[in-house]
Amino acid sequence: MQIEEKNQEEFRPKIVAFCCNWCSYAGADLAGSSRASYPADVKIIRVPCSCRVNPLFILRAFERGADGVILAGCHPGDCHYSTGNYYARRRMTMLFSMLDFLGVEKERTRVEWISAAEGAKFSATMNEFVQTVKSLGPNRKLRDLRCRE
Amino acid sequence: MQRIEAEIKEKCRKLLQDGTVDRVIGWTGGLFDYDTAPQVFTAETLDNMVYTEYCGANLSKYLAAETKKDGRILALLKPCDTYSFNQLLLENRIRREHVYVLGVPCGGMKDENGQLLKCSTCKGNEWKAADDTVAADLKVPEAGDRFELIDRLNAMTSAERFSFWREELSKCIRCNACRNVCPACTCIKCVFDNAASGVASKANTDTFEENMFHIIRAFHVAGRCTDCGECSRVCPQGIPLHLLNRKFIKEINELYGEYQAGEAADSRPPLADFTKEDAEPGVVYERGGHA
Repeated sequence: MQIEEKNQEEFRPKIVAFCCNWCSYAGADLAGSSRASYPADVKIIRVPCSCRVNPLFILRAFERGADGVILAGCHPGDCHYSTGNYYARRRMTMLFSMLDFLGVEKERTRVEWISAAEGAKFSATMNEFVQTVKSLGPNRKLRDLRCRE
Repeated sequence: MQRIEAEIKEKCRKLLQDGTVDRVIGWTGGLFDYDTAPQVFTAETLDNMVYTEYCGANLSKYLAAETKKDGRILALLKPCDTYSFNQLLLENRIRREHVYVLGVPCGGMKDENGQLLKCSTCKGNEWKAADDTVAADLKVPEAGDRFELIDRLNAMTSAERFSFWREELSKCIRCNACRNVCPACTCIKCVFDNAASGVASKANTDTFEENMFHIIRAFHVAGRCTDCGECSRVCPQGIPLHLLNRKFIKEINELYGEYQAGEAADSRPPLADFTKEDAEPGVVYERGGHA
């Protein structure tokens, strides 16, 4: 009975969003205060800069059950620390190319540049990303079974 | 080869005697011809040194630890090993004044299974760093296209690639040999030496853990890997690990311009650099083509 009920439940993806403190986190704030909605499936982790995000963070998030990971930072050129997002851009390009090389669905990871003034973009991006991940279904390839509860 | 070995020993002995160097790092022989292993020699033990076509091991990594010690060490480096040496110099892992580099000639190396994989994409017979060299008229093996297999994998569908890598990487026993031998992996404290991570051991189930280990291992040396092929050479399970590194090299070459790590000791690694016009991360998905 319980199992049947569980199967009928709609799949709600777990999305981890790494948001830089200076732009995207403030963008999420603006999305909230201007009443633009985005799904509650998106869990925001605030980081000082998009280049604080080690590729390992993203893989660990997947390993521990995330279905999608999105990295949001200041637009290139607008980084609070001048150049952080330029480094992040190269790193993430490399990581994504490797994930693609290993045959992992490319739609599960994404980088978006969202400024503090783009509340609407934040909400639109997150809505769209959640929809994409939802249509992909649960992440099975990147999970670590030992991390499952 | 015997003449070269004698000449190398002669040079080493002379430098040990006149006090230029205190130790020599080279290869020692074993029970069989192919049983060579890196070893540090002194004037007394120098006779045990060998130099044959089985001396494939790249000795530059050992210099990171050896040059921290007192005295000067003489390192025997083949042309391709000097790339790793340069890269370590660039990253300040080697104290240059504590090393004397003796470039040794190479005509392609082999192990008990035949020619080494790294020799099929030989970098040529030119030392990129050397205080002295032993000249010889050896012909290097012809270099093939090192990205051939990468292109073949790229042409597969993503599901095929996934099963290819699952099959290869699930053989991994997490012995960390690839990390320990890699001349680019010289962190004093490695991110994988964390017992609290909960994933330091090998899982006996079908999980992403070994994929993650190898992605991160390759990622940490991306832009610094000289493509010396030691990772695949030492893998006891025969996993083609160099393919992961080459994938990064290919991407870097295509997106950020041709770069050969270790070619010059004053270059800038591409991942420690940027331009304002770099491609967006989404580019790899657009180019990929295959779902």
